[in-house]
Amino acid sequence: MLEHYLSLFIKSIFIENMALAFFLGMCTFMAISKRVDSAIGLGIAVVVVQAVTMPVNNLIYNGILKEGSLAWAGLENVDLTFLGLLTYIGVIAAMVQILEMTLDRYVPKLYNTLGIFLPLITVNCAILGGSLLMVERNYTFPESVVFGFGSGIGFALAVIALAGIREKMKYSNVPTGLRGLGITFITVGLMAIAFMLFSGIQL
Amino acid sequence: MKKYREILLDPIFNNNPIALQILGICSALAVTSKLETALVMAIAVTLVTAFSNFFVSLVRNHIASSIRILVEMTIIASLVIIADQLIKAYAYDVSKQLSVYVGLIITNCIVMGRAEAFALQNKPVVSFLDGIGNGIGYSFILIVVGFIRELIGSGKLLGFSILPLTNEGGWFVSNGLFLMPPSAFFLIGLIIWAIRTYKPDQVEEG
Repeated sequence: MLEHYLSLFIKSIFIENMALAFFLGMCTFMAISKRVDSAIGLGIAVVVVQAVTMPVNNLIYNGILKEGSLAWAGLENVDLTFLGLLTYIGVIAAMVQILEMTLDRYVPKLYNTLGIFLPLITVNCAILGGSLLMVERNYTFPESVVFGFGSGIGFALAVIALAGIREKMKYSNVPTGLRGLGITFITVGLMAIAFMLFSGIQL
Repeated sequence: MKKYREILLDPIFNNNPIALQILGICSALAVTSKLETALVMAIAVTLVTAFSNFFVSLVRNHIASSIRILVEMTIIASLVIIADQLIKAYAYDVSKQLSVYVGLIITNCIVMGRAEAFALQNKPVVSFLDGIGNGIGYSFILIVVGFIRELIGSGKLLGFSILPLTNEGGWFVSNGLFLMPPSAFFLIGLIIWAIRTYKPDQVEEG
């Protein structure tokens, strides 16, 4: 049993890396990877939001939205799955807003570093995409906890790795027009090709 | 009048959402392996951005800043559900190919980013134009990338054969790399390089 969760955890970090295998959450990934310390801040924020929203969405899906789940209230034939998208994004937006207020109050330095990208975590496709995948694969509650935590760590790992590469790149002589965003795109393309080799591993 | 034109045309080259503002990249990678899906996606995103800017700007003086994200998300999600239903009704085959990515327009940062950065401070009509302009800037990149990937990856455009493939008796050897998502990264990187060589003031330091 423990083995099952462990392999799910490893799988969600490496083989199904949110950023480099599914290409979700790219905007924040590109923008907050100039420096390692702000990348670590973003990584932590994503892990927290992902690990909280995914189990919550799992409970809402299994307890309210899924067909037949309202049987206890005498509504056997009610299927609310079409409300899924709106519900998940509502939960995510509320969690991000709470996180924003908490950071503003207790860690103002990190709050200022993240700037507009904290509200943009709401629209980070990695978070919504994670919830949609979780529903699609029918994960149970403990599995959704593991998957949420693992996929958050996978995203954090990718963004910190990219930030490390970009910090080193300051010392290299990049063609003028390619500096900054251009070379970042090409770097991420190479990283994505490298991560494609994990896709052959079976766990 | 001049101001309106600037707001509409600025995002295409001078302030492109993908190439300069780093917004809306996810879908640019996933839907561009074919020109047709790229076109439908471009139209959907342009309309959703324009109307969400319009509606957010309409209610901007009535929402407390602590719940603004929730309000914006509700507006955007409703618009995306409308777009999704319209695509299903009028272009069913394309909606099958786009699958989850129409739903993921909700999380396309262009929509949210423009609502946060522009519509909250400006009047409805100006915000609407800003949405259209940014949508066109996004569409420009999407269509260029979709064009190159479909042409080189499978020798076709909009499903019609342009370069005859070797396995069908022609001369063109298709490049499978262009059908895989990482190729979109390289193409967008090169487009950025081209835009910045043409407009050197966009070059970043360091």
